[in-house]
Amino acid sequence: MNLEELLAIQKETKQKRQQKPKQIRCCIASGCLSCGAESVKKSLDNAIKEAHLEQEVEVLGVGCMGICGRGPSIEIDPETTLYHNVTLENIPAIITSLNQTKTSENLPPQGDLNHPFFAYQKLIVRENSGKIDPDNIDDYIAEGGYQQLHHVLLEMTPNDVIKEVTKSGLRGRGGGGYPTGVKWATVAKMPGQQKYVICNADEGDPGAFMDRAVLESDPHRILEGMAIAAYAVGANHGYIYIRAEYPLAIKRLEKAIQQAKRYGLMGSQIFDSPFDFKIDIRVGAGAFVCGEETALIASVEGKRGTPRPRPPYPAESGLWGDPTLINNVETYANIVPIIREGGDWYASIGTENSKGTKVFALTGKIENNGLIEVPMGTSIRTIVEEIGGGVLDQGTVKAVQTGGPSGGCIPAHLLDTPVEYDSLQKLGTIMGSGGMIVMDQDTSMVEIARFYMDFCQEESCGKCIPCRAGTVQLYDLLTKLVERKATQQDLDQLEALCQMVKDTSLCGLGMTAPNPVISTLQYFRDEYVSLLQVT
Amino acid sequence: MVVKTLIINNQLLTASEDQTILEAAKDAGIDIPTLCHLDGVSDVGACRLCLVEIEGSSKLQPACVTQVQEGMVIQTETEKLQTYRRMAVELLFAEGNHVCAVCVVNGNCQLQDVAVRVGMDHSRFPYQFPQRKVDLSHPQFGMDHNRCILCTRCVRVCDEIEGAHVWDVASRGGQSFIVSGINQPWGDVNACTSCGKCVDACPTGAIFRKGSTVAEMNHDPEKIRFLVTAREQKEWTR
Repeated sequence: MNLEELLAIQKETKQKRQQKPKQIRCCIASGCLSCGAESVKKSLDNAIKEAHLEQEVEVLGVGCMGICGRGPSIEIDPETTLYHNVTLENIPAIITSLNQTKTSENLPPQGDLNHPFFAYQKLIVRENSGKIDPDNIDDYIAEGGYQQLHHVLLEMTPNDVIKEVTKSGLRGRGGGGYPTGVKWATVAKMPGQQKYVICNADEGDPGAFMDRAVLESDPHRILEGMAIAAYAVGANHGYIYIRAEYPLAIKRLEKAIQQAKRYGLMGSQIFDSPFDFKIDIRVGAGAFVCGEETALIASVEGKRGTPRPRPPYPAESGLWGDPTLINNVETYANIVPIIREGGDWYASIGTENSKGTKVFALTGKIENNGLIEVPMGTSIRTIVEEIGGGVLDQGTVKAVQTGGPSGGCIPAHLLDTPVEYDSLQKLGTIMGSGGMIVMDQDTSMVEIARFYMDFCQEESCGKCIPCRAGTVQLYDLLTKLVERKATQQDLDQLEALCQMVKDTSLCGLGMTAPNPVISTLQYFRDEYVSLLQVT
Repeated sequence: MVVKTLIINNQLLTASEDQTILEAAKDAGIDIPTLCHLDGVSDVGACRLCLVEIEGSSKLQPACVTQVQEGMVIQTETEKLQTYRRMAVELLFAEGNHVCAVCVVNGNCQLQDVAVRVGMDHSRFPYQFPQRKVDLSHPQFGMDHNRCILCTRCVRVCDEIEGAHVWDVASRGGQSFIVSGINQPWGDVNACTSCGKCVDACPTGAIFRKGSTVAEMNHDPEKIRFLVTAREQKEWTR
């Protein structure tokens, strides 16, 4: 493959797509599939055939359109009509409406693309999502795919790439927020012939599905991002560590890797440059702790997924003792646009210390559930009230939980806080990988804390005492509270133990496990106190 | 060899650059409690008892895996550390079924020693009373999971010194337990050479020699260190 061939595929695919005047795009990501998108697409295919419209209408399976709570969603071009909650009964009406302006009663509810849900978003990571067929590499190439890899390999030095990423101000999207450029530079500077890049796709937070949607909607974007990273740090081998609970994402990634290999975009001497790169998929059994980089590496090596003390950091001694770069799915997904538009462009989006956009999985007691991508600095209120459309049944927001089991709750009076790494941390929560759960007035914060503690005690790897035994005791104390059997002494012990588990645990899972308790205690202490036994 | 100078508990001392804080402290006669560390096998930093405060770092660091650095200022007995250590030991006692009066190592038990060392006379956490098994399938030895604290010293000694890898950890969180072979009774594990190193490595009465009555059994963890020195440096005297 060379650039001419790549551009030829781009041109050809675009022309092919324009041949038919109409296009129906059906979301076939997990969210919509779970409410019947597959049969909707099949029926559409059949109905088009029966109506002899094959020459005029193309039905395309695409990735996530964002508004997952109203699936299955379809979009019809060129009018860009969006339909929600499509059922099989709607299909005849949809087919009829294709040629006539006549509206039918049987049409599914129509979505409004000017609604704040779409209008307030800025798509960088998800720019191809819902537009291209994730199973077709040509679709990705049509959107300019793999051109940045070509540009990087033939026109940039590894150092140039790192400089561009550093300039962008991108920070790790897995939750920690470590500057990506610095991480890349560290691995690049490490001596050694063999280095690795790893994509952390072990998304396990309750309520988070960003990485899954990105992988299911645009798998080549991750492959290209990883290849660019590998070139920058001097690696020739990549691993995608993904949990077995994401079978569709795994299937699409496998297909994407095969297609990239067939096109010579992966393998040896890519674009006739000296750069070799291959990617293997490692399927994890689904353990929350395997999101922790040292546990993840142990799991890739085929060992029990338990963390080890750092230093040494993976950049120094990672997979099989070699320097290893680990980034999250969303971090890699940001690389192609950064190279294409430049680091300065990326740095112009967002805030002083948090650049670019962030993808959130907006869920809970909210009108519009789904995936959103907003510029950093957008206030939580905008996300909840405008994009999310407010709380269900005219309820009120009590709190917004971010960061999953490692995060905390933001109370209603602080909703004007901008979404940034530092501002969230100041409130005692974190960005995390991007789960955002809206809670209404009827939510018991103690029970929420107990829910997360239950998750953590189950997901603790069992290696260190504070996390293994401490989370069990914390869970029991919270249960005692919920059952109204706790005393002031129990509450004091709860607080002391939270601090101990936080300060003494071996890895991030244990260190952050008490956060949901600590943050709810900070903002909703009344609720804890009101549950105490009167003595 | 490069020598580093550092301060532990206001005491100025020297250590070689490849030493950990734990080793340097030990050489200087400063006792830092630990349960998962065993001379001669790798360190895992799991028990968290050897956490120390290092000036300039907000995070507590495990002494067993932290290398000494020139000019380090370390505190090993601050109030915070003492509180946390006691809590950790309390958590351990509440987690298993530790009944000293009927234990083969009563009086010769590192968990007991550590409890005394950190000033723990009772656990403020409610006991879990888990249902755990006792494996007596091995002709010479026994494994009482009720007394296991999951320090993984047996796992490491069997893997790294004996090279048999009979032991490993199974399951997760509070359900974790030491597993023999591929979850077989110990006596059925062909890989076991009956060398008894795990017995010597065990800090509690979890792995014991059969036929020892209560408080009769002596562990000899020093033997592991001796074996390693003997093999590596050809020093065969103890």
